[in-house]
Amino acid sequence: MTNKISLNMITQRAIEEGQAMEKGKTTPQYFEACSVCEMNPEDMKKLGIWRNTNVRVTSEAGSVVVKAIEPTQFVPPGLAHIRQGVWANQVVPPRTQSTGTPQYSGFPVTIEPAMNEKIKSALELVQGSVGMWKGGN
Amino acid sequence: MPKLITQVGCPYCGSSCDDLEVLVSDDGKKILETHNACVIGNEIFHHVSSPSRPKKPRMRQPDGTMKEISYDEAVDFTAKTLLKSKKPLIYGFGSTNCEGMSAVARVAEKAGAVLDNCASICHGPSFLAIFDNGYPSCTLGEVKNRADVVVFWGCNPMHAHPRHTSRYSIFPRGFFTTKGQMQRTIICVDPRETDTAKLADMHLMIKQGHDYDLFDAFRTVLRGHPIPEEVAGIKREKIEEAAEAMKKARFCMIFFGMGCCHTDGRNHNIDIAISTTRDLNTYTKASIMAMRGHYNIAGPGQVWSWQFGFPYCLDLSKGTHAHMNPGETSSIDLAMRDEVDCFVNVGTDAGAHFPIAAIKHLKKHPFITVDPNICMASEISDLHIPVRVVGVEEPGVVYRMDNVPIQFKKVIDGPEGVPSDEELFDMVYKRMCELTQTEPFWILAKGHAQASTPTEH
Repeated sequence: MTNKISLNMITQRAIEEGQAMEKGKTTPQYFEACSVCEMNPEDMKKLGIWRNTNVRVTSEAGSVVVKAIEPTQFVPPGLAHIRQGVWANQVVPPRTQSTGTPQYSGFPVTIEPAMNEKIKSALELVQGSVGMWKGGN
Repeated sequence: MPKLITQVGCPYCGSSCDDLEVLVSDDGKKILETHNACVIGNEIFHHVSSPSRPKKPRMRQPDGTMKEISYDEAVDFTAKTLLKSKKPLIYGFGSTNCEGMSAVARVAEKAGAVLDNCASICHGPSFLAIFDNGYPSCTLGEVKNRADVVVFWGCNPMHAHPRHTSRYSIFPRGFFTTKGQMQRTIICVDPRETDTAKLADMHLMIKQGHDYDLFDAFRTVLRGHPIPEEVAGIKREKIEEAAEAMKKARFCMIFFGMGCCHTDGRNHNIDIAISTTRDLNTYTKASIMAMRGHYNIAGPGQVWSWQFGFPYCLDLSKGTHAHMNPGETSSIDLAMRDEVDCFVNVGTDAGAHFPIAAIKHLKKHPFITVDPNICMASEISDLHIPVRVVGVEEPGVVYRMDNVPIQFKKVIDGPEGVPSDEELFDMVYKRMCELTQTEPFWILAKGHAQASTPTEH
């Protein structure tokens, strides 16, 4: 049985993300800092997963595999947070409400366990999306 | 003897700290230590000497690999590509100085381009609200010296502006705030219990996306009218308590961030935040400020408003006048509607920070990145041109989040042969003038201005 839950997603800054970004977006630090989804342990229970399990996050704009972690800053049930960056932007809807600014926060996503799926690197996600990835899967 | 350079500016967040100390090696080529910087600032200063940093432009080859080319070839390619395009988009400027922004603007004008900066995907909605409703703001110095109630609404400086709270908003002792944190009441409005919320005296854990409702409740309470038992997930008593604290302040400061701009409501959230500030001024002194993300992202707003009359989303493609209409002339909307046929990414990383759908559209056309480092945008570009790092290898004027201009220093020499943003775009401008057989009058004007005003860098 596949569990699937719907959560409200926000994507914002984190100091880990900032530091890793300045080190370089192809570094392991950036991968570790940004390829995570923070969610409340209650929601993990509903999903039937332990912390540090890979999950697939899907929105109206796309889909990405990230690691579900317990919040480093408390997130209430129903809300999820992927730190801003390459992984978050695979699912951020580009709609702007005619302001120019995309819906980086407050968009519905579904989350399902993806224990056997690999988290792609930043380069694979970005180059892959424009047909330039040559590294294989 | 290594030399300690003091009063160095930090090229990271909108706090634009200017009290860093950097220890450089005898030959002035290597950074040994940084003092006073946050972890992120520290990383920037040390990253400049990374061996992986490119020192020559790299052009994408038919087989997908990158080949090093000369700066002359890179300038020629950029000039020709911009001239050939019907409507190029030049975007970025989170991390460069005002001199660079001004030079780019002249290239954009010549190319008939759309010129946009990171505010477009960040505090753009704040601009819209400020156009409509004004901006009763102040400087960070006033916050430090006067503010005794500080509200952080949808912003998390402990993560995004690490030294903001210690330099300006929570901890420092000021002229009228001699007891520092002891004297300040901190209110945080955020759907998460962020590290900033943990520092606050009151945390209003708002239901995500309901900022407008809560601002409206504050205004209603401030005007002495009743509100429902619960608004945006916050109990009436808590709203009344927070409103009372703001009203009783000697100086109430409201900082707002992406929690307001990135979610439903966008500019309307900021609009009502400004109205709340105005209401508060009936009772006390109150002020409001956008938590700008980068050390000089207030810069393009200043520079381009002076050059063209608008801060962002500038459509110069008409050739006769500048036109701004976010939603129509904003980068993401232009990309999603496939209305641009060339993309130049300067001093930012659209590859990592645009929704991926927008990147897919932009990548259908020539894609050029100007940035000191390897980033996601550079790795999908047809051409990547490295430049010097502003604030480390290149001095210049930057505007802090409160629109105060600060002269940043350079602490070490840049890699040999690598130009600054300003030098690079002046070269592109000159090449475009050569190709179109027109007079490079902005370069002549700049030379004239520099000759007549003795400035010290």
